[in-house]
Amino acid sequence: MKKLVALVLTTLIFIPGALFSAPVVKDKSSIGFAARQMGVPVAGSFKRFDADVRFDPKDAGKGSASITIYMDEVDAGSDDGTIEIKRKPWFDVKGHPKAEFVSTSLKELGPGRYEVAGKMTIKGRTRGVVAPVTVKKEGGLWLFEGAFAINRLDFSIGEGPWANTGTVDDKVEVRFRFLLPATDKK
Amino acid sequence: MERHVGNDRWTWTAIFLHWVIATLIIAGFALGEYMGDLAVSPMKLKLYSYHKWLGVTVFALTIIRLAWRAFHAPPLFPAGMPSWERLAAKAAHALLYALIFMIPLAGWLGSSAHGFQTVYLGVIPIPDLLAKNKELSDILEEIHEQLNHALLLIVIAHIGAAMKHHFIDKDDILRRMMGIKGQQK
Repeated sequence: MKKLVALVLTTLIFIPGALFSAPVVKDKSSIGFAARQMGVPVAGSFKRFDADVRFDPKDAGKGSASITIYMDEVDAGSDDGTIEIKRKPWFDVKGHPKAEFVSTSLKELGPGRYEVAGKMTIKGRTRGVVAPVTVKKEGGLWLFEGAFAINRLDFSIGEGPWANTGTVDDKVEVRFRFLLPATDKK
Repeated sequence: MERHVGNDRWTWTAIFLHWVIATLIIAGFALGEYMGDLAVSPMKLKLYSYHKWLGVTVFALTIIRLAWRAFHAPPLFPAGMPSWERLAAKAAHALLYALIFMIPLAGWLGSSAHGFQTVYLGVIPIPDLLAKNKELSDILEEIHEQLNHALLLIVIAHIGAAMKHHFIDKDDILRRMMGIKGQQK
């Protein structure tokens, strides 16, 4: 019986073109961001999101990712900041409760190194983004890690007096870390 | 260390530091009183930064001032100044120095505990001694404020004493801190 299970699993894993696709392990995955105001680094994060990642190390080109972020559960790093960032000039979480990322391509750059390109939609504005991703096995899971920079003003994040980048920098770094069950298969 | 005997006024360096620090403290205090209750805005973020930069500057200049003082003895008290007044002056000056030191420290620690690093002039990051901690930041903010209230009282006493010396005792305590060569009227 054990042998049979092992055989089935092995077959599933090694079927050419098999894709590992699953929702990420939520309590181990994270999406954070780092901004700068008056030269002071401020770190925040998105506490609630859904992310589906399809990945096959043998055929990277078929990989994809689709991420939905629930903006109301953003943490801007401080009580004041968290209240402010949900308001209309910033994320306008009432008008735009979700942000989305949908990948358009995944390229292999080298062993364990990839580049994902996709469409990012925040506050109803869609822009193309490209991010390097490293992929490795960690405790029986696939670990996807990467970071990329966006210009907040491309998404109208921080309107009115906040659009002046002398106080809050235009550039914001987004960091992601997703853990995916390596044995799960659809 | 050479001890100057009978010097009747402060060195120009000491005079300069006294007035520059006094001006920065008044500016920092006024900003601190004003900015706290403002709604979040770019202006508020700017004022908080300016307030912190003033505090860092005051702290650094005070270190220089104390180092200078260690090697350049302050002028003597006027002859005939009662011993209780000398004692009160010494105590008030010690308290002033202590507060001028502790207030920026409490502000910096409170800012770190609040989760905001202090970046001097927006360029030079000052390391955080404390990690983010809500309870601690509330306590430090309260200490920062109460120490400022204490400072306000002692500064009032300091100015009052200077006025009393100038207008009532008619000695040269105030003039010698203004660089006017002390000569008894």
